[in-house]
Amino acid sequence: MRSPQKRGARQHQVADVQCLCRTDSLRFSSHRGCCLIDPKMFSRSALLVPNHGQQQVRGMATLKAIAMRLKSVKNIQKITQSMKMVSAAKYARAEKELKVARPYGAGTTAFYDKAEVKGEEEKPNQLIVACSSDRGLCGAIHSSICKHIKAELAQDASKAAIICIGDKSRAQLARVLSQNIIGQVGEVGRKPATFEDAARIATFILNSGYDFGQGRIIYNRFKTVVSYDTLELPFFTPSAISAAEKINVYDSLDADVIQSYMEYSLTSLLFFALKEGACSEQSSRMTAMDSASKNAGEMIDKLTLTYNRTRQAVITGELIEIISGAAAV
Amino acid sequence: MFARTAHTLARQVARAGTRAYSDAPMSFTFASQNQVFYKEASVRQVDVPSFSGSFGILPSHVPSLAVLKPGVLTVFEDAGTSKKYFVSSGIVTINQDSSVQVLAEEAAAVEELDLASARDILSKAQSAASTAATEEAKAEALITVEVAEELVKAAESG
Repeated sequence: MRSPQKRGARQHQVADVQCLCRTDSLRFSSHRGCCLIDPKMFSRSALLVPNHGQQQVRGMATLKAIAMRLKSVKNIQKITQSMKMVSAAKYARAEKELKVARPYGAGTTAFYDKAEVKGEEEKPNQLIVACSSDRGLCGAIHSSICKHIKAELAQDASKAAIICIGDKSRAQLARVLSQNIIGQVGEVGRKPATFEDAARIATFILNSGYDFGQGRIIYNRFKTVVSYDTLELPFFTPSAISAAEKINVYDSLDADVIQSYMEYSLTSLLFFALKEGACSEQSSRMTAMDSASKNAGEMIDKLTLTYNRTRQAVITGELIEIISGAAAV
Repeated sequence: MFARTAHTLARQVARAGTRAYSDAPMSFTFASQNQVFYKEASVRQVDVPSFSGSFGILPSHVPSLAVLKPGVLTVFEDAGTSKKYFVSSGIVTINQDSSVQVLAEEAAAVEELDLASARDILSKAQSAASTAATEEAKAEALITVEVAEELVKAAESG
């Protein structure tokens, strides 16, 4: 039999295979079935890299490992491609609904701007509503909202309460600001949001019992298919509205009207934020899945080349053995 | 400067006597949750049904806020035509710069209302109101009755 040294030399030819676990953005967390072939593997006596306990069998096990990996990356590419198609369809629908919802948001904020309503100065407590959703694989949607909130509360987190719409934002904020989270809304993002959902969330917010001077909704505003902005929408309490600068310009207002107005405008703002968030999320997921499919495609190309080279090396090796065996006879 | 004061005085005098429509445009936005009817459009007059009474809004109306009652909202357009919409609830904002925003929870053109379905909803709501168990359920059912009654009225007229 060939000496280990010679075997090692042959392994050198296939040893320029790079470990693909480290390529690009598709990061596989486990390194099982790692195809890294250490050229010095056979010169070392100790077994360092468990390769299914089969490193005595040259080439074949590696071939199987590469084939398994190739198959799995191909499956992943199929999945990401279909996710892209699905979110493209959902995005088209979300954009149509957003066109209708935008006047709602514009109409509500128009009053707050023109009446120059400001938060109550005597009550420094703030209520922050993080508007995201339950589902991931959508790029930086959830983390941009959480970053915004964390940056704001970096100095002083004592006078703020957070209500999370969506599981993902709660999961991220719970790590740092768990004592500030007073409520969470789940089951968001699967189906398009309706006004009734916004109304229920508004009721939940107002019944949360937190005495706030000013409230803010943090949401992702849809700009284009490839970009969105993380912005804030302020909302106020009835007493803040009554204390506003230009409120006396407005005729025939009583406490009842202001209360109903405030509740309805909070609902419209939430509806608007949910629609914008949904549109940004679907477009972001579309681009994320598109890049994932492209990366998977690149990995498949590289793996196929590796596979072919390994296969050829195995065949060549067997041929050489046969020939040298025959020559010895 | 004098010319402008004279002009405003003249307009005010004219307005005191006759019911003239103001020259200032009214930027009218009317939307429901799934449809935008008017977006910053210029219209002549809007009649809104509200809890503080039904009133008509013309350009340069005094700024106000109002809560919509279930009923028919009429828009008188610049061209002279008028359109009627049934609104279930919502808010009206009239700002100082003559912009008006009507945000309705549900709204439909009166022509699209079906009288038979409206009567059906009314009878169901009335039976629900009479058999309601808790105060809250009764209040909700009464709200449905109110909306349904207005719906029937609008469907009959439209």
